[in-house]
Amino acid sequence: MRIVISSFVAGLLFALGLGIAGMLNANKVIGFLDIGGDWDPSLGFVVVGAITVHSVLYRYIIRQRSPIFAPRFHIPTRRDVTPRLLMGSALFGIGWGLAGYCPGPSIVAVTSGTMPTIVFNGTMLLGMIMFQWLERLHVLRRGREDKC
Amino acid sequence: MLISIGMALLGGAIIGMAASVLLYLVGRVCGISGIVGGLIAPTTSDKAWRMAFIAGLLLGGVILVWIAPASIQSPIDRSLAVVALAGFFVGTGTLMGGGCTSGHGVCGLTRFSIRSVIATLMFMATGALTASIIGWIHRSTP
Repeated sequence: MRIVISSFVAGLLFALGLGIAGMLNANKVIGFLDIGGDWDPSLGFVVVGAITVHSVLYRYIIRQRSPIFAPRFHIPTRRDVTPRLLMGSALFGIGWGLAGYCPGPSIVAVTSGTMPTIVFNGTMLLGMIMFQWLERLHVLRRGREDKC
Repeated sequence: MLISIGMALLGGAIIGMAASVLLYLVGRVCGISGIVGGLIAPTTSDKAWRMAFIAGLLLGGVILVWIAPASIQSPIDRSLAVVALAGFFVGTGTLMGGGCTSGHGVCGLTRFSIRSVIATLMFMATGALTASIIGWIHRSTP
């Protein structure tokens, strides 16, 4: 229960942060990514603010034996740069530049109930489900677990 | 512009705070695509915290719609077909690439993860290229 409440609070904070930062305005995001015309670089400072705060706290947090409410930390350890990493990130960037939404902001923005946000979330989930389905098929064919 | 930068810094700081809360209390990295991916995959057993996080995101959205509706805006010069295609690319791309703006861009860069540095450079580059090409087309057609 404490894990559920903590996650809920983190999600709530995350959404409010996105809203204050301007990340929920798809036109502002597009204006940040579109470096021609009237380029608006301000959203670049979102990651500056986020990394500044998280870097300080992250270094304190990982020195703890375990998280407060869970048995252990789940932190990615992979260091291999794979074609999948490159292709997936490239594809994600194209989608981001096309509509101005990345996964977090799109989920928060769906509460506005507008058609573009509903459509975007629908096809994003469809893309994720299809990808996971293809991946499972691939793993079954190869007969081995190739988890990322 | 200065107000915009100040808001971006403040909002970013709150995002960094949110990521820290999730890591400190639950031990999880705050990557939205990974959280959603794990929620829809039939094999993951830890769905409760993922659902709670998404519920928090949605409540945040409801609060914003209520007190600051202007903060949420849909793209004005993108057709629904383009938006649909974009969503599909973002869904498949983030799972294939193992992360999005939050997982690679905020949490990964904080850890100096080489995978996240490369991923972030890649999606920033293709995102800027895509938006700039569309912007250029819009500006050059009367």
